Amino acid sequence: MTSFLIKGVSVVGGPATDLRLRDGTVAEVGPDLPTTDAEVIDAAGLVALPGLVDMHTHLREPGREDAETVATGSRAAALGGYTAVCAMANTDPVADTAGVVEQVWRLGRRAGLVDVQPVGAVTVGLRGERLSELGAMAESAAAVRIFSDDGHCVADPRLMRRALEYVKAFDGVIAQHAEEPRLTEGAQMHEGEVSARLGLTGWPAVAEEAIIARDALLAEHVGARLHICHVSTAGSVELIRAAKARGVRVSAEVTPHHLLLTDDRVGGYDPVFKVNPPLRTERDVAALREAVRDGVIDVIATDHAPHTVEDKECEWAYARPGMLGLQTALSVALSVFGPDWRLLADRLSCQPARLAGLTGHGVDPAPGAPANLTLVDPAAQVTVEPAELASRSRNTPYAGLQLPGRVVATFLRGEPTVLDGKAVK
Amino acid sequence: MQHLLSADDLSAATATEVLDTAGELANVTGREVKKLPTLRGRTVVNLFYEDSTRTRISFEAAAKRLSADVITFSVKGSSVAKGESLKDTALTLQAMGADAVVVRHGASGAPHRLAGWLDGSVINAGDGTHEHPTQALLDAYTMRARLGRLAGLKVAIVGDVLHSRVARSNVRLLHTLGADVTLVAPPTLLPVGVSAWPATTSYDLDAVLPDSDVVMMLRVQRERMGDSYFPSVREYARRYGLDAPRVRRLPEHAIVMHPGPMNRGMEIAPEVADSPRSTITEQVANGVSVRMAVLYLLLGGKG
Repeated sequence: MTSFLIKGVSVVGGPATDLRLRDGTVAEVGPDLPTTDAEVIDAAGLVALPGLVDMHTHLREPGREDAETVATGSRAAALGGYTAVCAMANTDPVADTAGVVEQVWRLGRRAGLVDVQPVGAVTVGLRGERLSELGAMAESAAAVRIFSDDGHCVADPRLMRRALEYVKAFDGVIAQHAEEPRLTEGAQMHEGEVSARLGLTGWPAVAEEAIIARDALLAEHVGARLHICHVSTAGSVELIRAAKARGVRVSAEVTPHHLLLTDDRVGGYDPVFKVNPPLRTERDVAALREAVRDGVIDVIATDHAPHTVEDKECEWAYARPGMLGLQTALSVALSVFGPDWRLLADRLSCQPARLAGLTGHGVDPAPGAPANLTLVDPAAQVTVEPAELASRSRNTPYAGLQLPGRVVATFLRGEPTVLDGKAVK
Repeated sequence: MQHLLSADDLSAATATEVLDTAGELANVTGREVKKLPTLRGRTVVNLFYEDSTRTRISFEAAAKRLSADVITFSVKGSSVAKGESLKDTALTLQAMGADAVVVRHGASGAPHRLAGWLDGSVINAGDGTHEHPTQALLDAYTMRARLGRLAGLKVAIVGDVLHSRVARSNVRLLHTLGADVTLVAPPTLLPVGVSAWPATTSYDLDAVLPDSDVVMMLRVQRERMGDSYFPSVREYARRYGLDAPRVRRLPEHAIVMHPGPMNRGMEIAPEVADSPRSTITEQVANGVSVRMAVLYLLLGGKG
């Protein structure tokens, strides 16, 4: 195992110092550490963050390996500065048994670029009818702690109550895709002025808010942990704020695209901007940004959703919803919040690691900490070129956009997965 | 202008040019030989993903009267029905040298997508619940022919605005041409966000009628009732149907329009549809002239 000496780096925005990585941990932190036999990385001007953790990734394997595999998604994640990702359960077959979650977990180990933590489905086949074997998934080698039917809402209130109660036995959390299905039948984009003009059926904000309100009450009633996936509206923020103030064990995430893009992007009917929940209004974006700043939203999660060209190069109505996110999340967050490194480290690493129970992740680089970290060049500007992304798919909404910041290196347990901005394997 | 995708593509000057040109071309229809050589050697493809006999025939007649070669590509039984993508179909049409593609599609925005993949012109012949710009042009033509002007006209558009591409295109075009539009419908059939449109809204048809120069009734699909947009056909007809007593509330000169096909007895009473105020058959006839004008202006000037 090589040891690395990272010279002159700013740890989460602090003064320049040196970091020595050895045996998978941060061995020393301090100025002018002796070189000894370490491989030296000149990190002057770079910022070291705890390795990023994504609570919400779609790796598509098993079932849609033409869109993404665990290996290609892991490479995209590493290049984006991630050291761990939570792989959503809406694969084919659905990750609703110990067998499938262990398969995904093993594929992640084999790729060896990030820790792949499978998310288990709440209900069998994501059908919302009966609970999956949540306990078996929790006890499997994958040790699942997050359960979600993401892509579908657990709409039945009694089933949702049971799920919330049941996972208390192993400190699990139900991550809800908040979407009242009857209010979003046929929905194609945010319901508002733009949808009215474009003649696309609207996805009203209240469809998200109604479920959040209900589930916060259920979580409060049974004393369980609830996580809200990809919050997208100002009203949702207020509901979560109120629930937190009452002491409900609720956490929430927002995607980079919901922090940056608005529904007027749909004007040209380019399905690269089709996503679920849909892009909302400027007012929503402002509320989401504020909620990240004040901590009502705990986590920035990518909802990385790769889709093949065929699934996107078609009529808007027929296109699958979703956007790539792993390789651009940090830059988008940096463009929105500026170099507030403490905030970025917290929302992109510490909080998601804590909520997902990933104990080796989300820890600031300090003596004795696991050497899961990311080096970022904040002065760099990167133009997003879809063809150069590591994902097997190309559906980025940021094509041609210049974004700040570049991931220079990523270390997983002291070993580089990315060096000089390139994947090591 | 390369394409006609939305009524928003038309400035007041361009729209007026289309209407004036349609007026000149309408004379051809009255001749014994209903044909001009203008688009000889040009290929117009009618690409219809939805059945629409009247719009398809109208475009076909328009293209043929201008001597264009017309290929009608109906999706039923075609490679499209076998799963070929819109993009691959576009590339096929491109390879076959289509100068213009007239597209009717059930998905809003499909003509916009096509326009991105084709070098020739794309004419939107109705896309989902989005727009139907040539319908708006023929409606404007009909209003101008009957009432002599468009600027300052008060037009009531009544019915299922939410799902109506005809309403969307008419609101935009009539606003561009200086008319005042009032949308009349139950609140369930007005889109959220309609307040941003250049039109006023009302839930009360009787209140709007005395001040209207034009009443345009929209087709209501009966299946909307199953979705609870309104409680019953009877209640809809009572509150929003145009019957003879309601017509008597209109000013003497006012006209009644409908894009067809009609639900007689629901949104419009038979005696109203067949009355001298009704322009319904004129709209069909004017459709050919207006579509000739659109094809002529999009294709006529090119090499």
